[in-house]
Amino acid sequence: MSKPAQIELSAAEAAAEEINAYMAEQEKKSLLRFLTCGSVDDGKSTLIGRLLYDTKLIFEDQLAALTNDSRKHGTNGEDIDFALLVDGLEAEREQGITIDVAYRFFSTPKRKFIVADTPGHEQYTRNMATGASTADLAIVLVDARQGVLQQTRRHSFIASLLGIRNIVLAVNKIDLVDYSEEIFDRIVEEYQAFAGKLGFNSIQSIPLSARYGDNVIGASDKLPWYKGPSLLEHLETVPLDRTAEERPFRFPVQFVNRPNLDFRGFAGTIASGSVAPGDEVVVAKSGKTSRVKRIVTWDGDLDRAGEGEAVTIVLEDEVEVSRGNMLVAPGARPEVADQFAAHLVWFAEHALIPGRSYILRTETDQVTATITDLKHRIDINSFAEVAAKSLDLNEVGVCNISTQEPIAFDSYKSNRSTGSFILIDRLTNATVGAGMIDFALRRASNVHWQALDVDKASRAALKDQKPAVLWFTGLSGSGKSTVANLVEKRLSSLGKHTYILDGDNVRHGLNRDLGFTEEDRVENIRRVGEVAKLMVDAGLIVLVSFISPFRSERRMARELLGDGEFMEIFVDTPFEECARRDPKGLYAKALRGEIKNFTGVDSPYEAPENPELHLKTVGRTTEELASEVENLLAERGIIFNYDQSSWSI
Amino acid sequence: MTKNLTHLQRLEAEAIHIFREVAATFAKPVMLYSIGKDSSVMLHLAMKAFYPAKPPFPFLHVDSTWKFKEMIAFRDSEAKRLGFDLLVHSNQEGIEQGISPFVHGSNTHTHIMKTVALRQALDKYGFDAAFGGARRDEEKSRAKERIFSFRNAQHSWDPKNQRPEMWKIYNTRVAKGESIRVFPISNWTELDIWQYIMQEEIPIVPLYFAAKRPIVERDGMLIMRDDERMQMLPGEVLQDKMVRFRTLGCYPLTGAVESSATTLPEIVGEMLVSRTSERQGRMIDKDEAGSMEKKKREGYF
Repeated sequence: MSKPAQIELSAAEAAAEEINAYMAEQEKKSLLRFLTCGSVDDGKSTLIGRLLYDTKLIFEDQLAALTNDSRKHGTNGEDIDFALLVDGLEAEREQGITIDVAYRFFSTPKRKFIVADTPGHEQYTRNMATGASTADLAIVLVDARQGVLQQTRRHSFIASLLGIRNIVLAVNKIDLVDYSEEIFDRIVEEYQAFAGKLGFNSIQSIPLSARYGDNVIGASDKLPWYKGPSLLEHLETVPLDRTAEERPFRFPVQFVNRPNLDFRGFAGTIASGSVAPGDEVVVAKSGKTSRVKRIVTWDGDLDRAGEGEAVTIVLEDEVEVSRGNMLVAPGARPEVADQFAAHLVWFAEHALIPGRSYILRTETDQVTATITDLKHRIDINSFAEVAAKSLDLNEVGVCNISTQEPIAFDSYKSNRSTGSFILIDRLTNATVGAGMIDFALRRASNVHWQALDVDKASRAALKDQKPAVLWFTGLSGSGKSTVANLVEKRLSSLGKHTYILDGDNVRHGLNRDLGFTEEDRVENIRRVGEVAKLMVDAGLIVLVSFISPFRSERRMARELLGDGEFMEIFVDTPFEECARRDPKGLYAKALRGEIKNFTGVDSPYEAPENPELHLKTVGRTTEELASEVENLLAERGIIFNYDQSSWSI
Repeated sequence: MTKNLTHLQRLEAEAIHIFREVAATFAKPVMLYSIGKDSSVMLHLAMKAFYPAKPPFPFLHVDSTWKFKEMIAFRDSEAKRLGFDLLVHSNQEGIEQGISPFVHGSNTHTHIMKTVALRQALDKYGFDAAFGGARRDEEKSRAKERIFSFRNAQHSWDPKNQRPEMWKIYNTRVAKGESIRVFPISNWTELDIWQYIMQEEIPIVPLYFAAKRPIVERDGMLIMRDDERMQMLPGEVLQDKMVRFRTLGCYPLTGAVESSATTLPEIVGEMLVSRTSERQGRMIDKDEAGSMEKKKREGYF
């Protein structure tokens, strides 16, 4: 009785040992992330299917089903059609998830792979960019019969733009050109001719047949003239770019971990370089120095941590560091600037508009930013620089960006983690663009604001008033200027120093170079916002009377000013009423189509959501409306309202 | 000196980074804690991410009231051991209506006691981010979902309109009522999960290990009679069988498999074998697996 039980036990032990050995093997593997690209007919699906099949990821019952399917639907006669493996996904794509990058996972005894399987069509550039942003390598497929196509150039350009330095040029369907060395050489030569400009470190060209498996996992006897590695051999052995660890230390701080008074650590992932206790580090934005005291993890303190590790760093000194700042190597600091040049990929249906403000987000920092100058668009088929006023969906451009606060960064070329950012729409919170920083335009630290002895507060004190902006917005003819004029008269009679910025008047002078396109309207408001800001600085109460149809520009103007200095006043008169009043005869013209981009007719008006004051004008007199504005000013302490004060005592 | 991180170390660091991003940028995050092995891994990662502090968010268990008793006991002991803030929510209306998987069927039960219950809980507490343990290797649509997956005010996902997700820069901005589901272990495979559980010695519910349990065979499934609410049907017999569970959920809906695997290596061994024929796209070396299968046929286990 006891004997068989014992045998069973030792067998179980043997099995456990085998599993342990297997798991130990798994643990040693490194990770390679790559993406596949190329046009649909170049055999991408077949290649992925073939890789999964040849690395034994398709099992017997699936293979049986696949063989069946291939006879029924396949295009390869009696042979297995590997593209059908991916077809389950294609069908799903038709149901609507089409356009997106899918992630697949496979492993060999040497490496584990994450494949970003990106769609080929031109309209999905942003999805290819998403896949490329985290990839170490790109496989660019070319059909041997077709050679290098527009698509090949475009995908190579985007891969290069996103910082991929290793390319595999997979010349597929080599069987269909009789395994011709000459054709292969010609394609390689053609590819290298233009890819030379794209800054790749390595281009491994491999002739292969995904359909028959030649050179996919092993060498092929049909290609005796080819002496290089098979695709899988190359993927398993290509040196990973782990030079990040040798680059200067960068540690973007995610948050300050402060569970009690005795512990204050900075949590983050090391973007590049490495660090050890005792090392001197600098706080990027302030330039303050300290030393690393401890590198804390759940598994115990580390005596060194490098690129890719998520740790918590404790410093020797109490220095000011918060989310968005960086701890860096003292000998090689990042740029700290509020203006820089960058490449930008645009993701949104709604075009990028210079002058409009967006939220700029780096790995851990977030600031308000404006594209101050769009230098040019890059035609991603010809790589030519084209003059542009805006960027549309999937377009790539080079621009100057100005941020409200300085940020710490490196160039994208020297560091993908600290040189990248995304742009977010302020109203919808959509991710509308991705950027790669080229260089700082000027160092914020070199341009100190002139510290003046006479400042805003002293100027305001001299006038005995609190400066502010009253921003009147509303349709043309809604009554903005009429109300603003009366308010100014009353303020003036109270001894207040005021100024009116009126849409029509400003357009005759300061903004006479601007038209009525969306881009120009944005710039129009930006300038007026800046002028209003200067006037507030001078101590004035400024009344701005502009249609200012877009929420994001009104918000931008608000953010230029200090807390409580900006008051949005919505002069709300229905379109029909404005058109009926039509003081300047403009509605009549616009409705006849004689004026383009007229707000309310063929250009939108975005009503304020939370104005400080909502003036409904219908049935009210100008005097009543002006009094409402005065009440607001009294509430805000801009003027002293005698009527109310007499009640309140 | 440079260290080369293994793939598992990279996956761990990626997950920790994601946990920290959420804690730093959302007003009211929560982790959905389902007590299964993926939740155990998530819990372990969350503890690591904020050490020496505790995770700065609560853990929410949506209790359908039909979970295995051992799951509930495990949940409570883990909460005590690690000291995290545990919230339990059940759909009270469902309980009052006496919703039961035996009476109302699995679809109705799942909808009312899980889907609706989850929405109730999210609305009740006003969470703006919820961690989940879903992985991209599980299912084809998951392969395309972002790590930070936006939900509108009705909690729904629009796969056609996902925010591009570049580098490690996550757009965490939401308007009032909107939220984001966050999947820190998106890039892990099932094998990674088991490997990590072994490496880190992470506690999991004992139901994953084989033991003698009271089993009824019903509709081709081996159901464990976990309490008196399960009525025996004519012809059914209750018998003790050596079984374990591959996934855990409501006991009436979760089939056991006959197994003798009482250790982690044995479980992984069984998984490698069964994967070859039952599931698609598993990331294992078939030779290894095939040889395991051969050994098993020869009577090893």
